[in-house]
Amino acid sequence: MKAWHFSETAYPYLPPASEYDSIRVSLPNKHYDPVKGAELWDRYLDEWCIAEDEGLEIMMNEHHQTATCVDPAAPLILAAVARLTKKARLLILGNPIANRRQPVRIAEEMALIDVLSKGRVEAGFVRGVPYELSPANSNPVRTNERHWEALDLIVRAWTNTSGPTSFEGQFFHHRNINIWPRPYQAPHPPVWVSTTSPGGATRVGQNGYIQATFLTGFDGTRAVFDSYRKGWRAAGRGNDIPNHRLAYAALVYVAPDEAQARAGAEKLLWYVTANKVSPQFANPPGYVNASAVVQMMRGASHPLSAFKANASVDKAIESGIMFAGTPDQVRAQIARFYDHVGGFGHLLNMGQAGFLEHDETVLGIRTFAREVYPWLKETYPDTAVSGFESQGGAAANGAAGWKGPLV
Amino acid sequence: MATRKVSLPGVDLEVFDGGSGAPLIFLHGASGLDAGSPFVGALAARRRLIAPSHPGFGASSLPDWVDAPPDIAHIHLELFDALGIDPSQPLDLVGCSLGGWIAAEIAVLVPARIRRLVLVGPVGVKTGPIDALDIPDIYTLSAAAVDKCLYHEPARWKLDPASMTDKQLEIMVRNRETTALLTWEPWMHNPKLRHRLHRVSAPTLFIRGESDGLVSAEYLARYAALVPGATISTIAAAGHVPHIEQPEAFVRTVFDFLGA
Repeated sequence: MKAWHFSETAYPYLPPASEYDSIRVSLPNKHYDPVKGAELWDRYLDEWCIAEDEGLEIMMNEHHQTATCVDPAAPLILAAVARLTKKARLLILGNPIANRRQPVRIAEEMALIDVLSKGRVEAGFVRGVPYELSPANSNPVRTNERHWEALDLIVRAWTNTSGPTSFEGQFFHHRNINIWPRPYQAPHPPVWVSTTSPGGATRVGQNGYIQATFLTGFDGTRAVFDSYRKGWRAAGRGNDIPNHRLAYAALVYVAPDEAQARAGAEKLLWYVTANKVSPQFANPPGYVNASAVVQMMRGASHPLSAFKANASVDKAIESGIMFAGTPDQVRAQIARFYDHVGGFGHLLNMGQAGFLEHDETVLGIRTFAREVYPWLKETYPDTAVSGFESQGGAAANGAAGWKGPLV
Repeated sequence: MATRKVSLPGVDLEVFDGGSGAPLIFLHGASGLDAGSPFVGALAARRRLIAPSHPGFGASSLPDWVDAPPDIAHIHLELFDALGIDPSQPLDLVGCSLGGWIAAEIAVLVPARIRRLVLVGPVGVKTGPIDALDIPDIYTLSAAAVDKCLYHEPARWKLDPASMTDKQLEIMVRNRETTALLTWEPWMHNPKLRHRLHRVSAPTLFIRGESDGLVSAEYLARYAALVPGATISTIAAAGHVPHIEQPEAFVRTVFDFLGA
């Protein structure tokens, strides 16, 4: 198991939420003080360096026109971190390729950072959350199709080494693809794709890329991983799915003392509770399919939205979107989750959010790295295999119908 | 009122084709075609009314190569052939909103085939300043604010999902999705269309609901000025969809202009 320190690099110094409609897309940037913002960036970069010193890997992402993540150009920060660090793997999760116009440029950016970091890039690609579409002026219809075509083009650009080649797809057209530099890693940096829906995971599994899912809790995560395994096996990649193909992002806070851990965990909840978004930005037409929209009109809601309405640390832990407490408690929580979802090989620790201050963040990183991570690595080695074997028709009966993970 | 499926190469269209007389083409807007709307029967009472659901709307399929209104203009020209409309017989063409844009695209492609053109709250051109949208960005507005743009009396037309079947809701959602596909960028216009509108040779009437919150009077006037000899008529107590809110006044205005 590898663990990654992740921060959304938020700017939390906002007016009361009652004074704005949406923290994303429409909140005026007059509320952003660049001086405070610069201090925050110093701090967030320091925290990634501390995470590396403690033996953790590093993860970052990007969002646009939002106070929840003031990193609208993750490749720039990835490049900076590449030069501030020496050994950590550098995961960008990810490049919003359905919303960027030039996949070849993204291939170039990732290849350049791979060279700058001497082969430490883990290149993640995301379709992007719905509130990214207006900021990118990106058509919400056919984002999946654009996403997969762009990824295909990027991998081709990375792996083409014999002079100009061309690509004429449905969305992207290039006559002369011949990137310099090419990636440091051969044939190219590991590819990650995030999706929180089972439908998307099957295709990721077919391609054998690393699947990450975010805050999907016990059952949601198992559904995503099961779909991944299904796709993996259907594509003839074998019955065994290596653990290192599956990643889960959770809110994680560990402290030696239960009260301290609880206080930190409360602050981490900001990540979920501060996400006030107007409905029109949360579900633009075409982002999800028509029948799913109809279910929403009939009252269905996303599990995370339901949680947000009445968020608490206890409920977050109970639903598997947060691992928090003393080292003993967190080890037990992760073990339970691991068994439920059938195993995974990467824990993406959302270890900083909102008003979790620097000292508190560092305490969480250090306690995790020193008291939980060694156990994680030993208990769930990178060579472990993920996946359930169905016991005939009993699978339909739920968890009782499955035998344990094949570790 | 029944619709039927017409199969063209690569696309199936749901088409209302009723009534008799010289063909009158009606091109619906973003909310699709409800063949049970009073204006449909009233138009079909005096003419052969042909009202297709555009690709991606109603029960019509959506080919993966379609992503802009001019694509639909080409498909509808094929449809007219498939319906056996004599190419030498000039057509009357009425289009509302997004359908007005498609009608304008058809009119600049085959100006000689159009006898009279009626554009109702049409979108499709950019005429205003670079730093102000000609048409409000409905995708940044709340549902209530969009309704206020669409209707003179929003309360009367408030959506009630409980009264609709899943199939009806699904069609509505898909219509919205296709609208986004077609209009997202450039927002609600084809930059080339304004440079082609001088080719329209048919007498042209622009109609606007006086409470239309999407297509302003100024926008409509600038649009109409691009079409040789076009005139403007306003329908009272109607927003962006006067054919829905004021069907009688709408049908009267259309037939007065068509003169047949």
